[in-house]
Amino acid sequence: MNAPARTATRAAGTRTPLVDGIEKVTGRARFTADLAGDAAVARILRSPVAHGVIRRIDTTAAEALPGVLAVVTGADCAHPFGVLPIAMNEYPMARDRVRYRGEPVAAVAAVDAATAARALKAIKLQIDPLPAYFTATEARAPDAVLLHDDKPGNVEREVHHVFGDPDAGLAEADLVRTATFTCAEINHAQMEPHAAVAEWVPGREELIFHSVTQVPFYTHKHLARCLEMDPAKIRLVKPFVGGGFGSRTETLNFEIIAGLLARRTGGRVALVLSREETLISHRGRPETEVTLALGMRADGRLTACKAEVVMRGGAYAGYGIVTILYAGALLHGLYDLPNIRYDGYRVYANLPPCGAMRGHGTVDVRHAFETLVDRMARELDLDPFTVRRANLLEAPLFTPNGLMVNSYGLPDCLDRVEAASGWKERRGKLGPGRGLGMACSHYVSGAAKPVHWTGEPHAVVALRLDFDGAVTALTGAPEIGQGSSTMVAISVADTLGIDVGRVRVVCGDSATVPKDNGAYSSRITFMVGNAAIGAARNLRTELAQAAAAKLEADPADIDCAGEVFSVRGSAQSQLTWAEVVAAALAVDGPITVKGSFTTPEKAQGGGHRGGAVGSTMGFSYAAQVVEATVDVDLGRITVDRVWVALDCGFAINPLAVEGQIEGSVWMGMGQALMEETRYAEGLPLHASLLEYRVPTIADSPPIEVHIVESVDPLGPFGAKEAGEGALSGFPPALAAAVADAIGLDMDALPLSPDRVLEALVAKRRAAQRAKRREDA
Amino acid sequence: MTRILRLTLNGRARADAVADNLLLIDYLRDAARLTSVKQGCDGGECGACLVLVDGSPRPACITLAAQCEGAKVETLEGLSGPGGALSPLQRAFHERLGAQCGFCTPGMVVSATALLRETKRPDEGAIRAALEGNLCRCTGYVKIIDAVQTAAAEMAADQTAEAAG
Repeated sequence: MNAPARTATRAAGTRTPLVDGIEKVTGRARFTADLAGDAAVARILRSPVAHGVIRRIDTTAAEALPGVLAVVTGADCAHPFGVLPIAMNEYPMARDRVRYRGEPVAAVAAVDAATAARALKAIKLQIDPLPAYFTATEARAPDAVLLHDDKPGNVEREVHHVFGDPDAGLAEADLVRTATFTCAEINHAQMEPHAAVAEWVPGREELIFHSVTQVPFYTHKHLARCLEMDPAKIRLVKPFVGGGFGSRTETLNFEIIAGLLARRTGGRVALVLSREETLISHRGRPETEVTLALGMRADGRLTACKAEVVMRGGAYAGYGIVTILYAGALLHGLYDLPNIRYDGYRVYANLPPCGAMRGHGTVDVRHAFETLVDRMARELDLDPFTVRRANLLEAPLFTPNGLMVNSYGLPDCLDRVEAASGWKERRGKLGPGRGLGMACSHYVSGAAKPVHWTGEPHAVVALRLDFDGAVTALTGAPEIGQGSSTMVAISVADTLGIDVGRVRVVCGDSATVPKDNGAYSSRITFMVGNAAIGAARNLRTELAQAAAAKLEADPADIDCAGEVFSVRGSAQSQLTWAEVVAAALAVDGPITVKGSFTTPEKAQGGGHRGGAVGSTMGFSYAAQVVEATVDVDLGRITVDRVWVALDCGFAINPLAVEGQIEGSVWMGMGQALMEETRYAEGLPLHASLLEYRVPTIADSPPIEVHIVESVDPLGPFGAKEAGEGALSGFPPALAAAVADAIGLDMDALPLSPDRVLEALVAKRRAAQRAKRREDA
Repeated sequence: MTRILRLTLNGRARADAVADNLLLIDYLRDAARLTSVKQGCDGGECGACLVLVDGSPRPACITLAAQCEGAKVETLEGLSGPGGALSPLQRAFHERLGAQCGFCTPGMVVSATALLRETKRPDEGAIRAALEGNLCRCTGYVKIIDAVQTAAAEMAADQTAEAAG
């Protein structure tokens, strides 16, 4: 057990409001668009066609307009970018060819918005249309024009993984069922639209760049690449960020465009995208078709799984290869299921590029898996909880595809939500139109091998201690509302034995903080938390030496708690924090220490091709029960209540852990009930928050959270991730609740009223046909 | 056309030359530098820009500045107490984690302020009804409801104490 006991004087495990929360409730928090000031106004010209060859872009008239400061086009940047070094195939503005409607082709900076709008209208654009493909099936047709010449069949990546003997597994099953699930494409719809404020410093030829990014380090690298700059000449600042959920987890075209325009104007440029443009920038969860075969024995034991997954990835690579690998890799690691075959296809189409969204790659596959398990349990007359309990893992172990599992709190999660929801007593007794459903899920605590593999540690935190007695924690971990800075403050304070308020966290400015890979794959608590503890231990060592010298004791016997240093076992001699800091600084001046974290080799996945994806230091585990009411006349589903339990290893900040679990369950609810992007010939029909409907407070149920602490042996204080693992359990739990309520099984997401009514009608007609056949 | 706009902004009288077609959000953010008023959508969809105009919540992104002639306008910056003390709602949103990323928070607190001025102890249904026009993408609204209830209870307790004293 490396978890601290919860006591009043320990910071770790105490409900702690966010260290940057005061700014948010008083209006002092500055987000990127708030920094625009008197900067020039930038706007992007976007392609009106979904696929075509650019014949001509004439910017002469636009450049001649009074008040226009700069115009840039694809000709101004010949370097492709992309988050995966092996798949960089996107330009900040299209060159030669456009591949989706809304793709940037040119951009302007002007003295005001009206002039910028006039300049866009003055640009003459001639594009010869090519055939465009809006479904994976069309794009994969044998005669389809290739979006990218190096990708035959418009398939970005195929994955074929076989572990164990799936055919033999299916043969020994008592029940084998196959089904195909279609899950709509969705978007993060984070509340803050995209924005960048870029300032060129003439004379020094430097770029000061503010952006909404979750990955300042990647954006720094890509700006240097695309602008052909020495990265030392770029300062990348991440101000307050209004949510991410994966939408900003790779460098985006508008960021590079802002950089190009700032340099061209030789000054400050603000590029603030509209909501429509933010939605078109996309990077959401792809439309995914999952065909799944499962084998189950009469006692509920799973024998084998075969999954074929087709993702419509949009026009460019982005994270696509990782997404299609995640979809297969995380079939493992939740249950004891040794026989798994996975065939994945990531397909290009003439639509905005998909990317990483909360629960990256795993959500639609988990929906299919849990939903089919629920149906098979019903056929075998087994309780869904019984089936899950028949398939539990026993940690520690490595899965057949090489994933390390050191802690596994799923059994406790099941017990907690089963009891809290009154499952045994209430299920089947709620009355007409009401039902209960359950499902399980899991997620990684950071990718054990980052996409930019440099050999460096996965995370570094530096601490500074100076005459004022404040401990300044320097971290590149981007605080985007998830509470990462608070987690760092708690980890440092707890390790040093000081008040959380004494720790000042500085994050997200490349001028001062150590590099960090960013806020994605739920990596920060595990990796940065461990680095913060390491740094604090190093600082504690220096302070203990100073205290020991003054107290004439062995440094190993020095304790610090409540900002008071004492010799272990001695009631008398004590020193205050200020006294020890003064003594320590007297030795060698202000103190700077650092701590780092590196994942061990054995955590980095199997040796097979693509085996690093899905590998992690520890998985979070979750179980949830959803109670829902279905109005069969309107097809409308109401979620009445949710009970969720998540094993986060140890809750460093239980308040933030609850907030993360509530938010992720709720985001799963949005996907399950209503969220969906739609296109007409490539034109987004979901260009606003009215058309891309997310749940309002009136749609949202009470969510009862249970925190399970399995105490991971390698996690910081035993902690694992908490912000993604519960998401993918919601859609299948809701589908199960609907089946329980009205006996309707649905193969599509979202379970929107139109789809529910369609399915009800289809079911009624099928029943009538069957009856007529019988009568005949 | 340009006119002189006179209004009371967060308790202070102001007069500014504004264009007739200037939106209230642009007046507040650019002229008055009150950047808590957030643009989260392309017009009237998300509630992030809500401000109080003569006590009523109004989306600043679809309100003309000129419509506020003579009005009392309040933004989140103006809701703190004397000496910048957090209002009960601000404190509850902070302490109960009603704000995660914080982008929707200004509009949320503004909406909730209007609610609690009208209704001392709103039930959950009244809170949901009052905040239905405010979208949040982080919290699932659970802790937002908790924050409003916490603030309402505290304010009611303060008033009881005042009445008793």
